[in-house]
Amino acid sequence: MISVETFTNADQAAGALGPDAIYHGGGTIVMRTLNYGEQNFSRIVRSTDSALKRIAIAGDRIEIGAGVTMSEVIASRDLDFLHPVARSVGGPTVRNAATVGGNLFAEHPYGDFATALLALDAKVRTSGGSEQDMESFLAGRNSFNGLVTSLSIVRPQGQDFRYRKVTRIKPKGVSIMSIAAWTPQSAGRVGEARIAFGAMGATPLRAKEAERALSDKSLDRSSVEAAMAALRGDFQPPDDALASGWYRSEVAPVHLRRLLLDEEVAR
Amino acid sequence: MTKVPVRFTHNGREKAVFADGGDNLLEVLRRGIGDLSPKYGCGQGTCGTCTVLIDGEPYLACLTLAVASEGKTVDTVGGLANGPDLHPLQQAFMDHFAAQCGYCTSGMLMAAKALLDRNQNPTRYEVIEAISGNLCRCTGYEPIIDAVLTAAERMRGGYGSNSMGRAG
Repeated sequence: MISVETFTNADQAAGALGPDAIYHGGGTIVMRTLNYGEQNFSRIVRSTDSALKRIAIAGDRIEIGAGVTMSEVIASRDLDFLHPVARSVGGPTVRNAATVGGNLFAEHPYGDFATALLALDAKVRTSGGSEQDMESFLAGRNSFNGLVTSLSIVRPQGQDFRYRKVTRIKPKGVSIMSIAAWTPQSAGRVGEARIAFGAMGATPLRAKEAERALSDKSLDRSSVEAAMAALRGDFQPPDDALASGWYRSEVAPVHLRRLLLDEEVAR
Repeated sequence: MTKVPVRFTHNGREKAVFADGGDNLLEVLRRGIGDLSPKYGCGQGTCGTCTVLIDGEPYLACLTLAVASEGKTVDTVGGLANGPDLHPLQQAFMDHFAAQCGYCTSGMLMAAKALLDRNQNPTRYEVIEAISGNLCRCTGYEPIIDAVLTAAERMRGGYGSNSMGRAG
């Protein structure tokens, strides 16, 4: 039997977590586990703390509560650059439940929102106030036993942030891969590029070789072709029911080019 | 383990049931109060046949923790018709042969209702987007999309949301 403990305070909820408990955000991960009888927990911990639903501007940063849903992201004018990302997650029903914090724990090939947050160099705030960068958080997420309370990002300028999800099924399908690129530019040249891929590994991952190929270059066909070539050294994607690792490796550079050069793709 | 009480408004009527802690809303609806209209499909958020409206928004009942529905309004396809009068969506589904095996229909209707409740003049793409979380393996979707657009047209023509909406 499963018990449910609901706390009005997120820190109290975090304190109630333990090896026999799981945190319930929107339910898209926890409830699926329960429905299939695959749970390794006997307690569900949840929180109604309004702080988890907050979207706040602080200087040049935007803090997004971990309990904010994909639908709430789409409804926020402050998060307009993330609307295409949130829209690519499931259908309306899933988006009404799925949370920003929960997406950090979505297993391959899910986690498209986390891919965008990785490209945007998000900081992950956990209960107790500690903060770590997205990349190290994702690397250690399987051993994380606290509560993510919010994520903080810098708002990208203009067209500096791009995102695309590649699926076989239109308009919605599970990712063959998702790609997010943050290429802040100054005087016509890319500064420090951040490119993240979803569904190319166990967690969203950065394409560091491709990033290096773009840095301090103008964003044009020549630099993008260099990034495409460099990308081949970035990943060893897994085989799954959607695509083989070989296929993903072969098509990833093409999708990166389409993203970075804003090439039109039939919807 | 003791059961927990869950109270919510179901298709306009107050309901109170006892649920196990880990129960999903779909189990409470089907086994707890006997509303068999939302269906159990995949249990993982893929098929959409368990779609219900919670406080007017579409959710998957199989992925909704029952206790999280406390105090909320839950509407299912079982409450769509007004006595013998079909909802315009139901009538349009019949007119367009938008159901074959019928398994997706309960979710399709509620996903479409969520759309038409806020937008009675949707584009074809908006209909596609609204039902994008609902799988149909019989119709090829086109009759369903046509039916939703027809229902929207009839509702704009003055048919009430719970009135018979057959076009002449």
